[in-house]
Amino acid sequence: MIGLYSRRRFADRVSKLLMPLAACVGLFFLGWILWTSFAHGLAALRWDLFVNDTPPPGTDGIGMRNAFVGSLILVGCAMLIGIPVGLLAGTWLAEYGGRGRPARAIRFLNDIMLSAPSIVVGLFAYAIVVQPFGHFSALSGSVALAMLMIPIVTRTTDEMLALIGADMREAAAALGAPMWKVITAITWKAARNGILTGILIAVARISGETAPLLFTALNNQFFSADLMHPIANLPVVIFQFAMSPYDNWQKMAWAGALIAIIFILTLSVLSRLILNRGAIKS
Amino acid sequence: MPPAASALPTIARPHGRAMDFCFRHTAGLAAFAAGLMLVATLAAIAWDSALAIKTFGFGFLWTSDWNPVTDRFGAFPFIIGTLVSSAIAMALATPISFGIALFITELAPRRLKQPVSSAIELLAAIPSIVYGLWGLLVFAPAFSKIEPWIDSHLGHLPGIGLLFQGPPMGIGMFTAGIVLAIMVLPFITAIMRDVFVMVPKHLKESAYGLGCTTWEVSRRVIVPYTRTAVTGGIFLGLGRALGETMAVTFVIGNSNTLSASLLMPGASIPSVIANEFTEATTPLYTSSLIYLGLILFGITLVVRLIAAWMLRSMRRNALGRP
Repeated sequence: MIGLYSRRRFADRVSKLLMPLAACVGLFFLGWILWTSFAHGLAALRWDLFVNDTPPPGTDGIGMRNAFVGSLILVGCAMLIGIPVGLLAGTWLAEYGGRGRPARAIRFLNDIMLSAPSIVVGLFAYAIVVQPFGHFSALSGSVALAMLMIPIVTRTTDEMLALIGADMREAAAALGAPMWKVITAITWKAARNGILTGILIAVARISGETAPLLFTALNNQFFSADLMHPIANLPVVIFQFAMSPYDNWQKMAWAGALIAIIFILTLSVLSRLILNRGAIKS
Repeated sequence: MPPAASALPTIARPHGRAMDFCFRHTAGLAAFAAGLMLVATLAAIAWDSALAIKTFGFGFLWTSDWNPVTDRFGAFPFIIGTLVSSAIAMALATPISFGIALFITELAPRRLKQPVSSAIELLAAIPSIVYGLWGLLVFAPAFSKIEPWIDSHLGHLPGIGLLFQGPPMGIGMFTAGIVLAIMVLPFITAIMRDVFVMVPKHLKESAYGLGCTTWEVSRRVIVPYTRTAVTGGIFLGLGRALGETMAVTFVIGNSNTLSASLLMPGASIPSVIANEFTEATTPLYTSSLIYLGLILFGITLVVRLIAAWMLRSMRRNALGRP
């Protein structure tokens, strides 16, 4: 009996040791990744990065201006496509589709799309945009990014609108407001924080995406803002620079990675702040 | 607002009806498009891989040749590479996630719960390109110092020894698995934490009342209650690991030949597509790479469906949660 008792106590002690240890392992890697990114990134950060374009191989110039601008253009265009479609799709699911069969089917397909490998989405953009036009283009990259955005925005919009009580809609409808007015002026406004959070999460997700851009937006050594041509972009430039044998290119990869991390972490923190503020209000 | 209420409906309605019609159908179209994306993606990549499917058939799946010069292609090394690197990732990430989730929900003092939870979630916000960069330039050199130890201690074991032999290069299948494990950790942890919280208090307290230890409550009450959802969460993480491209491409070593050792370089389906797509010179080469994408999509689809099915049963159990 004593044997059983001490064995049970021993198992409990071990588990209570292992659980915090697991948390420490997770935190250790988080700390390690962030620390090295900041240390290498800050050491390589120069004003020239924002002024000059990416240098040709073998030279010791410093610059990533074309990549920063290209990434902003790609993400901006993806937002122009992804936000309206995602917002309207989520609205339809919550306001019109409800629990009906078509809405449930779309939710199911959308949820699967949410976790589709991004490289497969890139292959799709290649098939529907790059092949018909015959060349790589910024537009195809934006289409791929938009397709990664739409499932996220659709799902959060749907979920957030579903949280709004029926009384608010009924009150507006009772005043004689048509359905579209009820949705745009009342429910969207009530769910604003939640919807915005979904959009920010989606933008954060696509800002770091590299795989779908490799064979859509491709890369461009020079500055370009043309949607119909290959465009430089931060993730692919980081990839190219990191894999290169040149020391100054690897340093620039770190600086680019640091800027990407800061941008994406800011969006993530911002989305959480907005969501928390909304929770306090309601 | 005009006080004459009787005038309002006649003015507002026709305008409202036309707008209502437009709004409803625009939104419906968007929803239809969102639902169609999956089907369209499948159709488009199936269409583009038709040439490779016609040439190689299903034999593509178990052929090991990958020779652009002779236009002979086979997916076997890449399918194995994808499955093995993901399996390593899941084997490492699942127990650690389990520990972290239990720590957050059962053990941690109140003021530690939120910070630890948020910090682990932060891992999910780090873009995969940064994982790749860190994996290649920081982790791989550090890991290459441990590899001789693995080789000398595990490399001579009968049977499994073959898995752990090789020169200390730092990059390879095992490194890819470790980096993937860190990447999927936050996703599995989040789901485990969310379902552990849903275990009814009276069940846990009854067990504690009978004199159970924290570990016994976790093992005998929480785990059985949440088993299907936890499995669903693991499959969700697996889906992510299978499709991850950049982090793997950086550290897997990109070798198109299969080797028995986990310490040797390999390649996964996403990594070979990422590396070779823009270099593919013949239509058959491109088509074969897209065929690989189709296979990857098929695998992740199956994994995702299993996850959805498992998580669904939990949602049905959870009362009062939307």
